[in-house]
Amino acid sequence: MSDASPNVLSPNVVHEKMKENGVTDVVWLPDSETNWLYLLMKSDPDLRLVGVSREGHACSVAAGLYAGGNKPIILIQNTGMMESGDSIRGWLKGLNVPVVLMVGYRGYTRHGVNKDTAATYTERFLNAFDLQYYLVESDKDADRINIAFEEAQRRQGPVVVLVADEFHGFTQAPQAKG
Amino acid sequence: MMDTAELLEFFMQHRGDAIVIPGRGGRHWVPLTDGPFDIPLGDPAMGGHAGFGLGVALAQPERKVVLFDSEGDILMSLGMLVTIAEQAPTNLIHFILDNGVYATTGGQPVPNAENVDYVAIARGSGYERAYEFSDLEDFKRELPSLLNEMGPVFVRLRVHPEIQNEAIGNRRPWRKRTGDQVVADLRKGLDLE
Repeated sequence: MSDASPNVLSPNVVHEKMKENGVTDVVWLPDSETNWLYLLMKSDPDLRLVGVSREGHACSVAAGLYAGGNKPIILIQNTGMMESGDSIRGWLKGLNVPVVLMVGYRGYTRHGVNKDTAATYTERFLNAFDLQYYLVESDKDADRINIAFEEAQRRQGPVVVLVADEFHGFTQAPQAKG
Repeated sequence: MMDTAELLEFFMQHRGDAIVIPGRGGRHWVPLTDGPFDIPLGDPAMGGHAGFGLGVALAQPERKVVLFDSEGDILMSLGMLVTIAEQAPTNLIHFILDNGVYATTGGQPVPNAENVDYVAIARGSGYERAYEFSDLEDFKRELPSLLNEMGPVFVRLRVHPEIQNEAIGNRRPWRKRTGDQVVADLRKGLDLE
């Protein structure tokens, strides 16, 4: 069990969930929250990091990895997800690629008084694209990541995990297990 | 300038057991072959073929993966050249069919079509091997050894434009399978299903 505050999502928990779900490749572009997770992923010899320079590229790369037999996860920020709309449509939904997109919810506030329009439009975007999504705010929500993987497989399509970490859990050092 | 159908017919003789993603050459490739290792996806979303080709190449490192991309697509995703060069899949041959225009929308020129040095862009992105062909006989002569080079290999192919001026609803479809079926067939062919 993590020693982290109850209101953060620990990077080591995210990493564990990737391993539990058999992820082989992380197709990603860093955001403001993922530095510590990156260090964990980088040190894992069983995970390949495929860094893209625009988030839409992650969709076609993930589609190709899946087509060839791998199990990718896409790790991007909500801003990049919105930029990727047509790629999500064509490469993920159109080809029935059962991939989880782990999406940083920049600007998220639990109370809904957003100062960041990235947050304002995130769930509206997800609903417009008919994307199933699960909100994960802290370690105690982490099992929803497993649900997302199961749902992606069941639907044979993309499913989103919204990482709504208002307290910058990804930027903390990995917590020791209790 | 080369004829796309002719160069694909010649390539077909040398494809071996490669996974082939024909991209914009699909209309000429499908009449030649449409098996599980032929990946005629059409246009899921423009600009994505380079990423898809990389993904397949990474997932299947023991198989050659040959991608026929286009200049219009790669211009939409130039950053993919950097990603591909970094991942450095030794099994990927990355052709681009460069006709200088957006053929399917009536032949409008691609921005700065006559002045873009795609080979230089590929090399500058990190591809160690990048070539260009405008003459079919040169292509035929070099193709066998090129296919044996360590990837990723980038090859610009200057081809004649085949401009389509029919309204989309009036065009004869050339694909025999949907994109999701193509992916499912590949996975079956690879014994993944």
